[in-house]
Amino acid sequence: MLEVQAVEAAYGPFLALSGVTLTIHPGEIVALLGPNGAGKTTLIRCITGLLRPRAGLVRFEGEPLGDVPAHAIVERGLAVVPEGRRLFGAMTVEENLELGAFVPRARSRRAAGLERVYAIFPVLRGSRRQIASALSGGQQQMVAIGRALMANPRLLVLDEPSLGLAPLLVESIFEVLREINASGVSILLVEQNVQAALTLSRRAYILEAGRMAGEGSAAALLDDARVRRAYLGPLAP
Amino acid sequence: MNAFLQQLVLGLLIGGLYGLAAAGLSLVFGVLKVLNVAHGQLIMLGGYGAFWLFALWGLDPFASLALVVPGALVLGVILYGALFGWVVRAHEETRVKNSLLIGFGLALALDGAAVRLWTADERSITTGYAGAVFEFGGLAVPLVRLASLALAFALIGGLHLLLRRWRWGRAIRATAEDWEAALMTGIDVRRAYLLAFAIGTALAGAAGTLVSVGYSISPSIGLEWTLKALIVVVLAGLGSMLGTFVGGLVLGLAEALSATVFGGPYREVVGLVIFFVVLVARPQGLFAR
Repeated sequence: MLEVQAVEAAYGPFLALSGVTLTIHPGEIVALLGPNGAGKTTLIRCITGLLRPRAGLVRFEGEPLGDVPAHAIVERGLAVVPEGRRLFGAMTVEENLELGAFVPRARSRRAAGLERVYAIFPVLRGSRRQIASALSGGQQQMVAIGRALMANPRLLVLDEPSLGLAPLLVESIFEVLREINASGVSILLVEQNVQAALTLSRRAYILEAGRMAGEGSAAALLDDARVRRAYLGPLAP
Repeated sequence: MNAFLQQLVLGLLIGGLYGLAAAGLSLVFGVLKVLNVAHGQLIMLGGYGAFWLFALWGLDPFASLALVVPGALVLGVILYGALFGWVVRAHEETRVKNSLLIGFGLALALDGAAVRLWTADERSITTGYAGAVFEFGGLAVPLVRLASLALAFALIGGLHLLLRRWRWGRAIRATAEDWEAALMTGIDVRRAYLLAFAIGTALAGAAGTLVSVGYSISPSIGLEWTLKALIVVVLAGLGSMLGTFVGGLVLGLAEALSATVFGGPYREVVGLVIFFVVLVARPQGLFAR
């Protein structure tokens, strides 16, 4: 579904990623873990076309994305929930959601898409006429996920969806991600909440200082003493 | 007292055109983060378009809007493709700087071309109904200017609806707020820029037409209209077209007030005072969210 091969990316002289390789198979939930500044968001920017890799290749459903403009990547079925949500704060919840269905692949199914989002997040139906910036952080995250779903994606990329949310909310968001995945959408989940991410995903990659420092099944990584020490804290059982 | 009210009415009438002139500048600045200092020159060109349509073919200036506005739209596409499309490739922070250079260059070129083509004479469109006046409680309201105000309001209202209802109108608003997020939702941001610039130019064309019928035009009015528009944009803030229109009315009223209270020469001063006070006290503008 998604293949990232030996990607190297830089901001000016600063090398942010080097030799990064990652694969997502259809139907999978894959977690991408790593400390702050490891290059996780940079990798997402390479996948979504906001940043062009200096070397290497990104393929989506077999086709290289090298020359595809960022807005056209959404049309191919790859949608992203950006870090910090990035809602259009001056617009209503429903306007935000409808903008998610801007691409041709989703436009004709806009009404069905809205119903799907309201079914997943019933609370948004009540606040659909509200200005997005007036919502709580949790509801804003729901709108961000809903907006990405409106594009009718085959692969959903989420950058730190749990950031700043209460544990209970994180749990329900992750439950929703499980449902979305069950409906046939592959997921790449970038997370700092390692425990939750590894519980949800089947496989995970660990990015450190711009390089892949490890990969494996979620269960194995959860048992790995090194991972536990590094990401779950010294007091982790 | 009556003379005072009369001045306020006239101020309100020109204020509507200030609002229309500012709407285009505000749209371009808000969406592209590009300050087009040649906006006033585009208004001047729109004025000459309507003037020559009237002088050569006797076309009614209000009817000529139907030709001038689409013509300006096309001009906007050309200017974006040839000039301003290059500016938006730069980072957002450096765009204003680059656009100032390009805008001043364009303004000087258009000023010079207008003098050469059409001489420096002041012109205005004198229709058969130019002197018609609507009497109201002892006040004389020039009909042409009243119609211009109504048209300006209708155009701004239309723009407001366009940005709210039209698919690309929403895309333009999304791009104005966060172009990267817009890109990530699948919006072709460059096309949103192009549309916003073309619509902004079309609004300048409409404003110019209304200026040439109720007031007068000459090759040198460009800078003056850019300044008025800029003052209104600062006064009203970005993001609300209806707010921009109200800002225009406020500037028109304020000019009329200072002219009657302090004397004619002070008409132009009040705008600069407003500019300064708003920037110090409420830099986001009166109506910005």
